[in-house]
Amino acid sequence: MSPLLEVEDLKVAFTRRGEPDSVAVDGVGFDVQPGEIVGLVGESGCGKSVTSLAIMRLLPERGNRVTGSIRMDGDDLLALSDSAMRERRGKDLSMIFQDPLSSLNPVISVGLQVTEVLTRHRGMKKDAARREAADLLDRVGIPDPRRRLDSYPHQLSGGMRQRALIAIALACTPRLLIADEPTTALDVTIQAQILDLLKQLVAETGTALVMITHDLGVVAGLCDRVNVLYGGRIVERAERHELFRTPRHPYTHGLLGSIPRLDGPPGEELAAIRGSVNDNLPWTDACAFAPRCPRKLDACTAGTPPVTENGRLLRCINPVEAS
Amino acid sequence: MTTPRGSLQPRPSTLLKRKKTRIDDLGGRSLTADALVRLRRNPVAIVGAVIIGLFVLISIFAPLIAPHDAGAVFPELQRTLRPDSIPGSMPGFPLGSDQNGRDFFSRLILASRQTLIVGVLATLIGLVFGVVIGALAGAFGGWVDTVLMRVTDVLLSIPSLLLAISIAALAARPSQTTVIIAVALVNVPIFARLLRGAMLAQRDSDHVLAATSLGVKRSAIVVRHMLPNALGPVIVQATLTLATSILDAAALSFLGLGDGDPARAEWGLMLANAQAYLDVRPALAFYPAVAIILVALGFTLLGEAMREAIDPKGRR
Amino acid sequence: MLRFIVRRLIQVVPTLLLLSVLLFAWLRSLPGGPAAALLGDKATPEKIAELNTVLGLDQPIPLQYLRFLGRAITGDFGNSLITGERVTTEIARALPATIELSIAALLIAVLLGIPLGYVAARYRGRPLDTATVIGTLVGVAVPVFFLGYLLKQWFAVDLGWFPPSGRQAVDIDATHVTGFAVLDGLITREFDASWDALIHLVLPAIALATIPLAVIVRITRASVLDVMGSDFVRTANSKGLAPSTVRERHVLRNALLPVSTTIGLQTGLLLAGAVLTEKVFVWGGLGTLLAQAIERRDYPRLQAVVLLGALVYVLVNLLVDLSYAIIDPRVRVR
Repeated sequence: MSPLLEVEDLKVAFTRRGEPDSVAVDGVGFDVQPGEIVGLVGESGCGKSVTSLAIMRLLPERGNRVTGSIRMDGDDLLALSDSAMRERRGKDLSMIFQDPLSSLNPVISVGLQVTEVLTRHRGMKKDAARREAADLLDRVGIPDPRRRLDSYPHQLSGGMRQRALIAIALACTPRLLIADEPTTALDVTIQAQILDLLKQLVAETGTALVMITHDLGVVAGLCDRVNVLYGGRIVERAERHELFRTPRHPYTHGLLGSIPRLDGPPGEELAAIRGSVNDNLPWTDACAFAPRCPRKLDACTAGTPPVTENGRLLRCINPVEAS
Repeated sequence: MTTPRGSLQPRPSTLLKRKKTRIDDLGGRSLTADALVRLRRNPVAIVGAVIIGLFVLISIFAPLIAPHDAGAVFPELQRTLRPDSIPGSMPGFPLGSDQNGRDFFSRLILASRQTLIVGVLATLIGLVFGVVIGALAGAFGGWVDTVLMRVTDVLLSIPSLLLAISIAALAARPSQTTVIIAVALVNVPIFARLLRGAMLAQRDSDHVLAATSLGVKRSAIVVRHMLPNALGPVIVQATLTLATSILDAAALSFLGLGDGDPARAEWGLMLANAQAYLDVRPALAFYPAVAIILVALGFTLLGEAMREAIDPKGRR
Repeated sequence: MLRFIVRRLIQVVPTLLLLSVLLFAWLRSLPGGPAAALLGDKATPEKIAELNTVLGLDQPIPLQYLRFLGRAITGDFGNSLITGERVTTEIARALPATIELSIAALLIAVLLGIPLGYVAARYRGRPLDTATVIGTLVGVAVPVFFLGYLLKQWFAVDLGWFPPSGRQAVDIDATHVTGFAVLDGLITREFDASWDALIHLVLPAIALATIPLAVIVRITRASVLDVMGSDFVRTANSKGLAPSTVRERHVLRNALLPVSTTIGLQTGLLLAGAVLTEKVFVWGGLGTLLAQAIERRDYPRLQAVVLLGALVYVLVNLLVDLSYAIIDPRVRVR
């Protein structure tokens, strides 16, 4: 089956006058099959959010440079004109963001924020749009949806706001939905609800989902395939179960190992990945993770580690044994 | 598995040194030093500072630069005055005469001192009283705060020029001092409000709580822990107030609330008195006006740049 | 909603009361005492003593204050020392002139300022933006009266494009209906009178508008920049909405909130600017009254105009607060 989305060698560099470029995304490539749920996992600063913004072409007009290709339906999204891209946004691909309160316009009603997508892409007239909007709010689990249409964002709870944003994103049944840490800003109990909702909706509509998160727990319950990012590059990619059963990249291994377990022996020390993101080396000269890696070899700082692909992608010359 | 790349073996220590510098990783520089660095890089701040620097230099060395006295009347100039013409540059008088036969150039230079004095005094007096009132209100809270702030609010509710006019009108015989006091009193509520806001913001902050729990006396907390943090905004406001004070003083002179003494050299006064001669010799108004504009601009630029520099969030 | 309005109205009362107290104290502090102030040149010791009894100055201060308050509320400020007319009459006559000038200046400042601020923000960092920012900084640094004289000199005296002073040419016989010259001409179909009034308005309105214009441009620009970087604008863009929709419904509707507050503030300050402008252009409005009162120490007139100025400012701020409740749904919750 041909992929819905193909990201190839995507690089995003932030430029500032008089200062060297700061590379946030350093050659990321992955693909998404129709209806698939793909995870993008990594710590803050690894480039996952920037990747998603680059795919949606929502990065600011100036101050950055994007290279590579992002193919959807055979068209390179990066090469499209602004108006062509605007046609697609909201209709073919859409996005939900981290903070539901600040992601909604505070001075207009929630209903209007839903109907404006319907008006724009499905050409619906006011009454039909309102009915459809109420229907959408109902599908995402907002009680009393017809009244809620006239509510303002500050009158809704955090969970309801995020549901509304999901409704907006799925209003025109896009084929791809990107979710950037959609549950991070919510209470833990609400988190589970929202994730379940997402899972159910994308299954119903056949929408592919790119899930961006730093939380492996979220990934475990949701994604089909997982990409692990570090320092702006993908260091490991595998099918979900395989990744959790046998993480091979020392970073992935470290991440999984650092999760405290209820069934571990009492008194056991928490395992952490030593050092911090500041200790990175540039990928061009070495493995960025080397300074923090417990399995580091001299060769790791000698040059960029190559990538191997046999069913799963791995960027490491001394991976953890596959047991 | 492919073999690691080539013979180029950079020493690990060099590699590790090439860290990405993060904006918030400025490693232990004090806030003031921080702000100064940001300020130095800002072209707007530099322009403002240069203008002010020049202004201060000129006012310090004014008596040396100006060939004549401000009040001296020269018969040779007086003789050349006509109803429809006032002479421009003449030998010994680089910018010619003003409307009364005085040396325009000297007056212009010497006026920088007067204008600076007016601005500085009006700002300083306003600052001192305002800071004290604001600090008291913010530190004590309760009814002290309410009373002080009510009065401040009412004063702020009167447009500053009207307030200055009202105050200046209280004087039986207005003078330079009247103008300074009027403008100073207009500035007091501004600083009071600012200080009170800064104090209130800190009252519940952790560092104050920590100091209190350690038994530090209240007066010491206010003076040593809270006031220094309020300093930044006060400095910014003081710089901006210097600009507005000079402009307000000029306006008051224009309205006739200064002493109107034509012998005194002060840019606002010179501008006010020159209005009547705009079609005879516009330069008499132009030069003082441009001087005022430049100085006001200089202080405003510097003040705005400072405001940006001390804002740690650095919103551009 | 109604409760919010009532509550805000009630909050204004103590401010007004305090204002009246300050005014009373100010009046009593005027050189020579209020009686001397009110009598002006005609003051003699006997007359002062007489007036003192009439004014009740021999009575306890709180009582005096109440009488003063009573007179202030009924609009009795005595007679002008210059013209001998009742101050309130003078003010009523001069008011339309100042209002007309203020409206003209406000229109210029708002209709020019908001688009300019928006464009500067939209094209941030480009030459237009830089020029605009510099312009606003200079605009605030220029003394209003100097600008007025400059405009007068260049465009009226030298170029002759506009009249140098006054509201209407002497030879035009205009009928007065409302006191608003431009409007009156339209009502009575004396279009040449309207046009004449209009060209008289141009230069003073530009001079008066300069500072509000600079401030409005600045605040609009800052506000638009702020809003453009916010999350909900990003959401709006992610929906693929047309740029005009994003601009109007999402950016502007939020960005203009602080701008409206500023417009209100600047309106309240217009009277102060009008004082200076009207002196330059001999406009004959409140500003001229005030300027004369200052020059000639006409205290009755002075106190009335100052009080009026403060009142207007307080009321305008109140209106701005209330309008905020209408446009920003978040405010109504309280």
